[in-house]
Amino acid sequence: MAWVNAIIQGILTGGLYALFACGLSLMFGVMKVVNLAHGDLAVVAGYIAIGIIFVTHVPVLWSVVIVVPIMALIGYVLQRTVIQSALDRGVLTTLIVTLGLSLVIENGLLQFFTANTRGIGPGMTLVTGSFTLGPQIEIGYLLLVIFAVAVAVLLGLQYFLSGSKYGRLIRAVADDKEAAQLAGADYRHVFGIASALALGTVALGGIAYGMYSSLDPTAGTDTILLFAFVAVVIGGLGSLWGTLIGGIVLGVAQQIGAQINISDEVLAGYIVFLAVLVLRPQGLTFRRAQT
Amino acid sequence: MTAPSNGQGPEGTPLLDVRDLTVHHGQLQALDQISVRVYPGEVYAIIGANGAGKSTLLRTIAGLHQPTAGMVVLDGQDVTRFRPERRARQGIVMVPEGRRLFESLSVEENLKVGATYARNGPWTIERVYETFDWMRDRRRQQAAQLSGGEQQTVAIGRALVANPRVLLLDELSLGLAPVVVQRIYAMLPQILQTGLTVLLVEQDVSQALRVASHIHCLLEGRTTLQAKPADVSAEQVEAAYFGLAGPASPAEGMTAGVPLDGSSQPTEGSGSLWPG
Amino acid sequence: MSLITEATAPPAVGFRVTRSQRNVAWTGVVALAVVVVLALFPYIVYSGTTAILVQAFIVLTLASMWNLLAGYAGLVSVGQQGFLGLGAYFVLIMALHGLSPFAALPIAAIACGVAALPLWWLVSRLRSGYFAIATWVLAATIMLIIERFTSIGGGSGLPLPGLAGLSPTLLTAYTYWAGLAVTVLAMLTVYLLLRSRLGLVLTAIRDDEVAARSSGARVGLARMLVFVVAGIGCGAAGAVLAISQLQVQPEAVFTVTWTAEMAFATIIGGLGTIEGPIIGTAVYMVLQQTLASYNAWYLIILGLVAIVVALFARRGLWGMVDSRLHLRLFPVGYWLRSPNGDGKRGSRRE
Repeated sequence: MAWVNAIIQGILTGGLYALFACGLSLMFGVMKVVNLAHGDLAVVAGYIAIGIIFVTHVPVLWSVVIVVPIMALIGYVLQRTVIQSALDRGVLTTLIVTLGLSLVIENGLLQFFTANTRGIGPGMTLVTGSFTLGPQIEIGYLLLVIFAVAVAVLLGLQYFLSGSKYGRLIRAVADDKEAAQLAGADYRHVFGIASALALGTVALGGIAYGMYSSLDPTAGTDTILLFAFVAVVIGGLGSLWGTLIGGIVLGVAQQIGAQINISDEVLAGYIVFLAVLVLRPQGLTFRRAQT
Repeated sequence: MTAPSNGQGPEGTPLLDVRDLTVHHGQLQALDQISVRVYPGEVYAIIGANGAGKSTLLRTIAGLHQPTAGMVVLDGQDVTRFRPERRARQGIVMVPEGRRLFESLSVEENLKVGATYARNGPWTIERVYETFDWMRDRRRQQAAQLSGGEQQTVAIGRALVANPRVLLLDELSLGLAPVVVQRIYAMLPQILQTGLTVLLVEQDVSQALRVASHIHCLLEGRTTLQAKPADVSAEQVEAAYFGLAGPASPAEGMTAGVPLDGSSQPTEGSGSLWPG
Repeated sequence: MSLITEATAPPAVGFRVTRSQRNVAWTGVVALAVVVVLALFPYIVYSGTTAILVQAFIVLTLASMWNLLAGYAGLVSVGQQGFLGLGAYFVLIMALHGLSPFAALPIAAIACGVAALPLWWLVSRLRSGYFAIATWVLAATIMLIIERFTSIGGGSGLPLPGLAGLSPTLLTAYTYWAGLAVTVLAMLTVYLLLRSRLGLVLTAIRDDEVAARSSGARVGLARMLVFVVAGIGCGAAGAVLAISQLQVQPEAVFTVTWTAEMAFATIIGGLGTIEGPIIGTAVYMVLQQTLASYNAWYLIILGLVAIVVALFARRGLWGMVDSRLHLRLFPVGYWLRSPNGDGKRGSRRE
């Protein structure tokens, strides 16, 4: 029964990982760029949330409402300035610049906040509680909520991409940005919107992670970026719902690994990733076209 | 080689005025002081062999390439420094070489993207469906699944819904079977009835000559011929196309060859390469 | 009908293709002199200085390798710390079995080269950005696997055995010479590699991959070779690290900060030139020494400088020198000399 519990935990953690991953997948799909500072910006979001709660004592969920739009805006500005300049100069420059950003952010956080971990208390008893489904199966409300939020976010993204003007533009620019220009679209602006979406979602993920676990300066890369990447690859490059499936597989693999040997949790996830890389490089839900 | 002039154009400002355009690809000169004047309602065809600079010219007019010297003027406004998307919104809309549809989007979504920044005018997505009757039933199909000819039509439709002032057509015939090319050019006049001004680039000279009101031949980045099809002979076009020294004026050429208005038969001994 | 008279370029009479400028012979002599002087350092300077120089050697070796990967083969790896750690741990394992760490060094380097093969097979199909993170995941995986084995120290690492018999002065000297040897070998390898046919293939790939492929270059093979060589180089640097630290700790050797340091040293000095990493390492060491007490600051400044350089001075510090003086200490390109003697090298884009 402990195994069933582990698997359920793994599935639900997949939601959190999907939040980490969908932004990364979107940015790569649209701009063909990996933002190596992706996870670090999520940690920044978490820290800002902590700061806001500390100063204003607002309920935790309010911090989400405040921080996510701020991070989305930061995402847009960052894209239009730094990242676009890097993109204009090539893939290598983009990787260097985002790596540099990652380094600066992590060490900046380290310098000003020390390496101590910080958590965001969920604040509401409902959310800290859990319910039992059977012997040895205990499901935390928080994780359930995070999973539900992740699904909602993915649904929202899907709807946005398939049905709205900017969603269409994002997909068009992803297919052929020059042709999009000829149709009157400023692709730099479209990139900015995609970036805003990516950072908004990963900020949500960062805050969720701060509630579920705890944040420290290196969590951006060690946990968020690498897990996001693994989820994307397992689920299939270019697939939005694939990030959820990839996240679930990752989560389950980790929990099973932890059942075997408590310190093998992260390793188990990476091993599954390597297996997917070997057996099916396109991932589990590879499709030529995006959702 | 002197070229017959087209100074017989209508009075007034040209809609599209390209002045002494010089374009380089790195150190290679692709275009050398090319001037083009397109008046409203005209169909201006640019012909020439591969590498002559035709597509470069069109791409520079569309804004995808910055000229080293020269100007592009749209209805009196200097757009030389405008980014491509701004030119598109101003009314210079290009159907790029190779269709370049948004492959993961459906036919209708492709059209919707084209309509996003459209100007006011007669063309709507509805009207495109009426013009190309097969499209309505297949509008939800993914663009990548269409045949080459169908894709070309959708690409044209995508440009039309933007209600362009000047429509740029880059090598419509590229990669398409002759029969398909025939069909596409056959529907061009119908589209042009709405009073569009068209600047087209075409390797298939016979098709170009059928629809054009003016032709402009390029060779290695330089102009070798500028005339109305009715004023020049097959030999002159051929000579300009290949860069051969040939008859220098329309009068000379007329006696040896035939006027080109798309329906003539080659006279005996003219040795023309053109089909009837 | 007369034939085409449009002018095409006149036949290229009198042009020659030469390997390098005149200054090369001098460079070789100077380089040799520098190496000899450096080799004498343990006799002349304090051990504090040699310790700093050993650090510089490690960074320079790493930077040269990263430059080879990214600047020539177009492979941006954010996981070279994996080889660094492997090199250190190979030395540790062999030392635990009685072998002298200095003797273990070359073996560890070769072992890293061998390990590079399956790792390449795992990640070679991924596109640029994803390739980068995949190498990072690989490095993290290697670390986690190694941490499982308590016999080699588990999560906290072990001190390096086998060097207790040496006197401190001798140990410092041997460590220093090992570091110097590794660096010299690394740079010599890179230089010879780039002058060889492989180098030509790599430059072709860097300039235009599609064209390179279509002219028959074995792009995949060339890249794999570079990956293996970089693995050996980074492994050797890791071995030197282990020896100089006298201990091996997983968190210290497998941290991604190593990649950041080698990448930024390369970028700041000049990507795609052999001289670049030298200058970049010098800048890095200066930064590190002046800001050493401010823990995270030198990394912050390093990151900021790298961003600025990548965006605004793409060819790095050496690139700025090169474009002004057309100076190449280590000539690996070709010069086209016109009949009137002025050389014109083909332009290079990123």
